[in-house]
Amino acid sequence: MTQLDPSSPANPEGHTPPKGGVSFYQAARGWKSWVFTLDHKRIGIMYLASVLVAFLLGGIFALLVRLELLTPGKTIMSAETYNRMFTLHGAVMVFLVIIPSIPASLGNFILPLQLGAKDVAFPRLNLLSYYLYVIGAVFAIYSMITGAVDTGWTFYTPYSALTPNSVISMTLAVFILGFSSIFTGINFIVTIHALRAPGLTFYRLPLFVWALYATALMQVLATPVLGITLLLLIAERVLKVGIFDPAMGGDPVLFQHFFWFYSHPAVYIMIVPGFGVISELIATFCKKPIFGYRAVALSSIGIAIISFLVWGHHMFTSGQSVVASMIFSFLTFLVAIPTAIKAFNWVATMYKGSIWLATPMLYALAFLWVFTIGGLTGLFLSTTATDVHLHDTYFVVAHFHYVMMGGTIFAFFGGLHYWWPKITGRMYNETLGKWSWVVTFIGFNMTFFVQFIMGAKGMPRRYYNYLPEFGPYHSFSTVGSWILGLGFFLTAYCLLSAIWKGKKAGDNPWGGTTLEWHTSSPPPLENFLTEPRVSGGPYDRT
Amino acid sequence: MSTHVMAQHHPAEYQPPHHFPSARAEAEASKVGMWLFLATEVLLFAGLFCAYAAYKTLYPEIFKGAHKLLDLKWGAVNTMVLIFSSLTMALAVRAAQLGQRLNTVKFLAITWLCGAAFMGVKYIEYSHKIHVGLVPGQYYDMLGFTREFLEKFPQTPMSEVERLARGAHLFYGVYFLMTGLHGLHVLIGMGAIGWVLVRAMRGAFSPKFYFPVELVGLYWHLVDLIWIYLFPLLYLVG
Ligand SMILES: [Cu+2]
Repeated sequence: MTQLDPSSPANPEGHTPPKGGVSFYQAARGWKSWVFTLDHKRIGIMYLASVLVAFLLGGIFALLVRLELLTPGKTIMSAETYNRMFTLHGAVMVFLVIIPSIPASLGNFILPLQLGAKDVAFPRLNLLSYYLYVIGAVFAIYSMITGAVDTGWTFYTPYSALTPNSVISMTLAVFILGFSSIFTGINFIVTIHALRAPGLTFYRLPLFVWALYATALMQVLATPVLGITLLLLIAERVLKVGIFDPAMGGDPVLFQHFFWFYSHPAVYIMIVPGFGVISELIATFCKKPIFGYRAVALSSIGIAIISFLVWGHHMFTSGQSVVASMIFSFLTFLVAIPTAIKAFNWVATMYKGSIWLATPMLYALAFLWVFTIGGLTGLFLSTTATDVHLHDTYFVVAHFHYVMMGGTIFAFFGGLHYWWPKITGRMYNETLGKWSWVVTFIGFNMTFFVQFIMGAKGMPRRYYNYLPEFGPYHSFSTVGSWILGLGFFLTAYCLLSAIWKGKKAGDNPWGGTTLEWHTSSPPPLENFLTEPRVSGGPYDRT
Repeated sequence: MSTHVMAQHHPAEYQPPHHFPSARAEAEASKVGMWLFLATEVLLFAGLFCAYAAYKTLYPEIFKGAHKLLDLKWGAVNTMVLIFSSLTMALAVRAAQLGQRLNTVKFLAITWLCGAAFMGVKYIEYSHKIHVGLVPGQYYDMLGFTREFLEKFPQTPMSEVERLARGAHLFYGVYFLMTGLHGLHVLIGMGAIGWVLVRAMRGAFSPKFYFPVELVGLYWHLVDLIWIYLFPLLYLVG
């Protein structure tokens, strides 16, 4: 257990503080208890619901894109519609799903619990973040209705400054979503500094908290640059300022610099919270403290720092100087070090652990497999010579789906299954959970592994049409996407049906050691009936 | 945390929200939050400073030439106004800390008026620029620039003026984006000052609870500081 201090009057029964009482669901009722809530748990749940709806939407766009690519030429939609579909898929998945997924939903719910706090530092700001997210989503939907965007989620100039589609509303949507993300980041950093339970020193924090801290740093320091970039893009469209327009003396590559200065850290904003979830899962389901705890904790911070210095690896073919490309390539290789520290320490933790293959642990294993492939193929892309060949091909698409989808979404699902009993008080059906995992895992690898091969053979990304020799790969990938979609529906059914049909889960069904497992499921309004006091490491077992 | 230190002047006054152990803890946390937010503001402007640096490097002559049509006199006045307002803001925070309600209100009001004066001057400058066509991008008027430039510097050879006139729109684009975003921040700052001003008039603050004034003060100092950089970069590039 997180060693609770037995001598403290707050823990009269030694390791088991008093539990029970009225859960936060019962503490208040009616729609107002949700819409105006300042409770981090309710805000986390509202985020979770919104993210999952957006995931469904982005997933439908993805299935349509894959369906169109089933055969060469036109399958179901025109080329213009296709351009919009893949743009909407990317924009929705990145800005509405993956970035807020783990931090804003699971993080909001779990972080204060793991700190032994009653709430986040600024509950009003937290609710404001959520509503900014909703407003951003409304702008995005408005853009989709009024012509959508066909620029790709990267909004590259000069095309994004010229295309007649609804770019400004989508840009504003992303701008607003950015501020939602910044406010969540500020809130989490301050919460971690100010509201730790007595005795909970930094090196006693669960690794999920460390990961959220590193993520919040990146959210706070990178997102404003995206904000100004998008404002400049709007100025470019409205006023024709010309700073990204070569005809007026401007430079479109400057846009790429600005964009990737945010968007490379953004990929770590997406994956680092996943790392945190995996650490929790492996510690709990191997029944061991994480091997090399400090190294894993600090590697999150290391990734956050390096992430700001590597943006140029997206621009090897943009005409950037060779020296710059070499430096960016070298710095990108450095990211492999903290990432490998994590992977090796996880595997070392599993070694001689008593591994319990429950569904969350299966997702953790899938994560290790898939993320390793995604990470190692990143090396091909950070090497300038091979990147010139692979740039803008399906190899890149496969790489970032292995990292973003296979990495973040699998970690997200693992975390969802792990904390579902804590959030809902109910246990999902373990057999159904495992089968959903099998289908998802197979579907995922079918969809994306072939994309490495066709990318290496030269199939460019984002193309509507393709040569007949790429036909088998595309068809295989499309069939894979159907299996993947089926896996997601099974997972959704598995989790949702638990709310109505699931057995009562008990307060600590997995034998977890961190503080959230020391309170009832679902927790009471202020999380703990008495303030916990901590006197040991997060994964210590006695 | 020390919750047992009892308030000496106003017993049973400000109660912090339930999740903070003490009013001091809340004030400390809020200040950390504000500093983080200020970091995001600096990074927001950093993009514009980078754009400035890039185009200043690419087109140094155009920047040097085009900046001569900015009104140095008004720019200097505005710099003095903002520096003075930073002083009165600091005095307002000090007064709030000492529980001097009247002084808090007075200094906040002066700071707010300085902000208004700054925006007034900006309005004069902007309307002149817009009138003669020294504006960004597609609304830029090359003839307007030529006329203005020759009026101010009649000795300049015509070929030189023409060369400047062709590229000056980039400088005014950068000028309007930077000062426009900064002006927006001044307006937001004035809104925040107005909010604490009203609360101060109602007697909401005390030596135990004045951190909102401090937070607004931090924000206002940053807004001033950004102008301290904008002024030389835009008005004094020669
Ligand atoms: Cu990158």
